[in-house]
Amino acid sequence: MQKDETGQKHPAGLTREQLLELYYYLRLTRACDDAILRLYKQGKMVGGAYTGNGNEATAVGSSYALRREDYLFPMHRDLGAHLVKGQSLRNIFFQQLGRAGSLTRGRDGTGHYADPELRIYGNVSHLAAMIPVAVGAALASRMKKQNAVVLNYIGDGGCNVGDFHEGLNMAAVMKLPFVLIVENNQFAYSTPVARQHAAARISDRAAGYGIPGFTIDGTDVLQVFETTRTAVERARRGEGPTLIESVTMRMHGHSASDDASYVPGDLLESWRSKDPLARFEAVLVSGYSLTTAEKESTGQRIHDEIEEAIHAAMEDPAPLPETATEGVYAL
Amino acid sequence: MATMTYIEALARGMWEEMERDPSVFLIGEDIGAYGGAFKATKGFLEHFGEERVIDSTLSEAAIVGASVGAALLGMRPVAEMQFADFVTCGFNQLVVNAAKTHYRWHLPVPMVVRLPTGGYIHGGPYHSESPEAWFFHVPGLKIVAPSTPHDAKGLMKAAIRDNNPVIFLEFKYLDRRMKGDVPEEDYTVPIGKGVVRREGSDLAVLTYGSTVHFALDAAERLSKQEGIEASIVDLRSLAPLDKELIRDVVRQTGKALVVHEDHLTGGVGAEIAAWITEDSFQALDAPVRRIGAADVPIPFAPPLEEVVLPTTAGIFKAMHDLARY
Repeated sequence: MQKDETGQKHPAGLTREQLLELYYYLRLTRACDDAILRLYKQGKMVGGAYTGNGNEATAVGSSYALRREDYLFPMHRDLGAHLVKGQSLRNIFFQQLGRAGSLTRGRDGTGHYADPELRIYGNVSHLAAMIPVAVGAALASRMKKQNAVVLNYIGDGGCNVGDFHEGLNMAAVMKLPFVLIVENNQFAYSTPVARQHAAARISDRAAGYGIPGFTIDGTDVLQVFETTRTAVERARRGEGPTLIESVTMRMHGHSASDDASYVPGDLLESWRSKDPLARFEAVLVSGYSLTTAEKESTGQRIHDEIEEAIHAAMEDPAPLPETATEGVYAL
Repeated sequence: MATMTYIEALARGMWEEMERDPSVFLIGEDIGAYGGAFKATKGFLEHFGEERVIDSTLSEAAIVGASVGAALLGMRPVAEMQFADFVTCGFNQLVVNAAKTHYRWHLPVPMVVRLPTGGYIHGGPYHSESPEAWFFHVPGLKIVAPSTPHDAKGLMKAAIRDNNPVIFLEFKYLDRRMKGDVPEEDYTVPIGKGVVRREGSDLAVLTYGSTVHFALDAAERLSKQEGIEASIVDLRSLAPLDKELIRDVVRQTGKALVVHEDHLTGGVGAEIAAWITEDSFQALDAPVRRIGAADVPIPFAPPLEEVVLPTTAGIFKAMHDLARY
């Protein structure tokens, strides 16, 4: 913990302004997810709805450690990372609603988009399949001498796909600037984590690749930020990848169509007391004099921004049917 | 003009493109210091250095997936699968990521995956595979299949310059058996264009890869022994298919035989035969015939392999029967 000349504490070396920025992104992420669920229930969504409720601190805290020139390869519960990396709410909702003006022009939904300007490359439904791709981006980035780091995510289920091993091992052998976060949110769809791993900690796998591994509290945004920053700095120095297991709880079902009745109620309750937003808000109130007025103005700003983006998405046309066969091949 | 083997010519194509374009790099198992299982990349490491000739981990999914990632950042990776058989381990990356990325993201994925392909080398079930039909079905992938040293170099250069994932079939049977004239200057063979290797008016044979040469031998024998003249079309590219050329030759001859080394059922020949029947039914004087490997894994012992894979004698008989239909 650092202190400045006034005695103000700066956890993780962050200023009050930066802490408030983290707070904004945590709340924006939660509010976006809530809006997506609302649209789903209103029958306005195309396809399924996947939220990151419970995962906000992991997505926001980790991506906050990136620079503009770094690459983000997020997963479906990392809306917060998209937002921190600079993605607009407009593009988020255009994607969710399959509009003609979306980044994929309606060819794919949710976070399955790429935005090369922002260096965001979204996921595919085959979880872990993007790990080798992200590793290849790290390889190319090093070849181009960009001094950039690739941050990629996977879950407690997806880390059992072979691509996890092949990608992380290749990155380790080649000492690539690559950081992989495993979001251990206790359930892979309906399968509890104990049925996915015999090992107590997923981060123990790091030893098998000869790289550092950490298990952290994924509901503590500052701990996530600090750990990721350490890993990103190490990667940028050319010392290779890091594996970070961020322990969280998936507070909703796998998707909006899943009532998650298989999750024990007392387990959910115990995690509710560790809500990432409430935890960080308490830190800000007690240590940084976050005022009621600031809380309310943040909420109002977020509400207005989301409503504006949804309105724009609703106004945008659906893609024209005749475009469906275009662009299978590049020219 | 130089005389080169088939594998020397495709290696020459890679070499020239690496000289021409610094974004081209190679990645694969044992391709660097060892020069590759078939020695296609012998001398590349010494000349281009280890940053552009990458000896990878034994991980086909990571090799193909990393190639996709590098291509997204503007590099032009050329990935080697040590044998085409092992592309099954990289299948997910080709089908899920390489093939679908441009359609979804409107970003080019310029990459080549080299597949040393096919049998007639007594390699057994795991070193004799013909993988083309698996990928022929997938929108977003291109597939080329050269049968001569000239085309091996020209198609390699075209594949590397293409902005899409290109599957490059290298027919192991042809690697050192096939020698030919290869221009030393810069040239490409266009992807999607077949070529007529022999002209004849009695029937058309549509084929690619090793079986082009079997069909040419059979056609010469048929001409000498029976006076039957066959057109032999070397398709050279499977995706996209040169449908214009197929249509022209089939309509000129009225009879079509499709020959490939891959298994018959669900093979590329099935699609070609179906398309000819839909497109040119009125011009046909006989049902479209197909020859391919028997629907069994490619066996190891020579007498078994010989009865499973297409032979010159089998092609000769099918051509003869079709001409007499």
